[in-house]
Amino acid sequence: MSSVPTAVPAPHDIAPASESSGVLATLHEWVVTVDHKRLGVMYVVTGLVFLVIGGLEATLMRLQLTLPGLTFVPAETFNRLFTLHGTTMVFLVGIPIIFGFGNYLVPLMIGARDLAFPRLNAFGFWVLLFGGVLLYFSFIGGDGLYGAGSAPAVGWFAYAPLSERAFTPGNATDYWNLSILITGFGTVATAINLIATIATMRAPGMTLGRMPIYVWTMLTVSAMTLLILPPLSAAQIMLLLDRFLGAHYFDTQAGGSAIIWQHFFWFFGHPEVYVLMVPGFGFVSEIIPVFSRKVIFGYASLVAATVAIGAVSFSTWAHHMFTVGMGGTLNSFFAASTMLVAVPTGVKIFNWLGTLYGGKLRFRTPLLFCCAFLFQFLCAGLTGIMLAVAPFDWQLTDSYFVVAHFHFVLVGALLFTIFAALYYWFPKVTGRMLSERLGRWHFWLFVIGFNVTFLTMHIPGFLGMPRRIYTYPADRGWDLLNLVTTAGVPLQAVAVLIFAFNLVYSLRHGEVAGDNPWEAWTLEWATSSPPPAYNFATLPGVTSRRPLWDVQHPDDPDGPHE
Amino acid sequence: MTPVQTPSIFAPVSTPAFAIRELSFFVLGLTAVIFVIVAGFAIYTLIRFGRRPANPDLEPAQVYGSKQIELAWTVVPFLIVVVLFLVTARYVWGIERRAQPPDALEITLVGNQWWWEVRYPKLGIVTANEIHVPVSDASTPALTFITLQSVDVAHSFWVPQLAGKMDVIPNKTNRVWIEPRRVGTYVGQCAEYCGLQHALMLLVVVVHPKDEFQAWVAAQQTPPAEQGTVTAGRQLFSSLACINCHTVRGTRSNGVFGPDLTHLMSRSTLGAGAARNTPENLRAWVKDPGAFKTGALMPAMKLDDTQLDQLVAYLVTLR
Repeated sequence: MSSVPTAVPAPHDIAPASESSGVLATLHEWVVTVDHKRLGVMYVVTGLVFLVIGGLEATLMRLQLTLPGLTFVPAETFNRLFTLHGTTMVFLVGIPIIFGFGNYLVPLMIGARDLAFPRLNAFGFWVLLFGGVLLYFSFIGGDGLYGAGSAPAVGWFAYAPLSERAFTPGNATDYWNLSILITGFGTVATAINLIATIATMRAPGMTLGRMPIYVWTMLTVSAMTLLILPPLSAAQIMLLLDRFLGAHYFDTQAGGSAIIWQHFFWFFGHPEVYVLMVPGFGFVSEIIPVFSRKVIFGYASLVAATVAIGAVSFSTWAHHMFTVGMGGTLNSFFAASTMLVAVPTGVKIFNWLGTLYGGKLRFRTPLLFCCAFLFQFLCAGLTGIMLAVAPFDWQLTDSYFVVAHFHFVLVGALLFTIFAALYYWFPKVTGRMLSERLGRWHFWLFVIGFNVTFLTMHIPGFLGMPRRIYTYPADRGWDLLNLVTTAGVPLQAVAVLIFAFNLVYSLRHGEVAGDNPWEAWTLEWATSSPPPAYNFATLPGVTSRRPLWDVQHPDDPDGPHE
Repeated sequence: MTPVQTPSIFAPVSTPAFAIRELSFFVLGLTAVIFVIVAGFAIYTLIRFGRRPANPDLEPAQVYGSKQIELAWTVVPFLIVVVLFLVTARYVWGIERRAQPPDALEITLVGNQWWWEVRYPKLGIVTANEIHVPVSDASTPALTFITLQSVDVAHSFWVPQLAGKMDVIPNKTNRVWIEPRRVGTYVGQCAEYCGLQHALMLLVVVVHPKDEFQAWVAAQQTPPAEQGTVTAGRQLFSSLACINCHTVRGTRSNGVFGPDLTHLMSRSTLGAGAARNTPENLRAWVKDPGAFKTGALMPAMKLDDTQLDQLVAYLVTLR
């Protein structure tokens, strides 16, 4: 299949430690690397480690809410837990995993040797890791080294003026602020890198119109990142000025504005959801065709829908603010712009179904996760429509309904696509397959556990249960629903443990994958598994969107059909 | 234990909450239909094309797309969105544009960490954590317009059976209106994270028949009668730091940082839902509010048992 001779020595291959000259040498190689594949792996592993940490924080919160009136987790700790959980999951799990995959896959998919700026890439990763460590260092340093230590308790959104010194003295909030500011620099660097790479380093014949849809999604979200992160950084610097130099941007006691912070934050925060989710659509758009054995249905409209979601996402932010008293005109505008997102999103779902329809489906683990994704994402989209209906949102926002909604987006949709992607590309990265049997256990336990927890969680929102409360009274009729919500947690935890075992076990003992175990069609499958440091010795000619299909079917290449 | 009282958004008792429920039924119905169609098609596809194929080595027919089909599933959702938007806008304006009738009851609700101050500016009443309003009926509509302000951080007014949320934001004045049509007691609580005790910020709305409401107003307007038997407690109250934060009308206590205590014992809970308002709990609260509500801004007063007894004996006369 591949035109790369496997005998070519590949000094920087990801090899078992035993083959290098000791643990320290291996560690040194990884620390100083500027190879996009190694950095990609480090990003994803960092994200998975923080996923476990964030998951443990969620577990503690769910235990506290299992029954009314529990005192298992004190109020202060609970508030820190949800602050760290949200911040961790968005900035230290979502972003590293999404940009980690982008790092690894984009150069391979477009036939490039590396990203455009390899050292900037390494800078981006290490800065992000440093930011993550800084956030958790607040446990020790939040009140100064002499203090008892604390963690930020302002929520991941850090609404002003609660984040001002008058209401959160000590340094915990500053750790939150600086850590997010710093990870932002890294993310912007990576976004610039991806855009430059996609713009200038595509293989001969790889026109924009032939790029894999996943590459289109990364191009879109990288461009979005450049536009949304600087406003957040600006607001964070304003908050620093308030807290340290006596400025009054958000200091309402001195005439500052609480609302302006919300505008800044959600101008970042809402598109950010799409920055995380759209590459998930990219994974699905790569995986569903391969496991249906069909070309993607409606390539052009899928690309257009991707770019459209990116464009519209800039005018939807204030749907997080329907209750701040914006008035009828703005409420109506943001309701309309938010509903509009449903159109390109619907197009995507229909195109995936159109791809599955008429295929010969191979229900391997990656496709299983994509199928669950389709249903859960449909739910997430429809509850999103409910929240776009501003008066309905007046009841639902800041209730458990919203918590359920966005966990359907970020777990039921995004995390499921990430699992699909991990099962799909693990063979390329390591040269070995993940266990299919463990994969099925992982899938079924997780899909059941997830729905027990988060389908149920919609209902207490309807029944008036606000979010971010560390306890609730027994006479509200919320107790049984909270018990069921918590009951799904152990299932998900066991599923994640099985997955972790699968990763570690298969790394050494998995079935040897070969170059193209799934009989896929994009360029990353044309090189060896794992790919050599230089990625490709020679490339198959690119004359269509599926170069390897053309190699497999010289009698019926894609080109004339596109 | 008090009977279960669920503040369900589907059990409205007030005009705006009724309107929102009506709209939500429309939206839930619409999304349910979409879900059944799309999920049904997905299940059909997965079952039909998931069967083991007769000749697995042969790739299926490659279908690259269809302009007609793709156009259809772009235009149809767009039309649905247009309809949904028009319906939404109608309800947004219908609820937000409601003009205040001249005879409407006016209340100013002030968010504090972590309790609510309730003011009736035209009636000269100040109380806390409990809003009392008259019921509205077809012959004599009684609307209540609530002005929302905050002294510290952002809070949110949410009594689900009466109206949707409206945030309570420092340096910004918001307004919300209710028109309760059924007598009863309705619970809500702060719905915007406002710091440590966000969870203990109960808000209760008591809807009275009209004459009963008038009686409540009259009672609140009258300072509680001074009782000779509690002189020691009264003196203690006015000689300690109590009066820096609390007001008892008719005395020289005129602090404004904490809840007005003029009719303390007419309220059902202490610390905005932290404990039921009984003399025993009140004594424990004065001794150390943190025992009920960690971080409550009222300090433990470090009083000895005699002082506590005298003080509580006085406080329970504030009816």
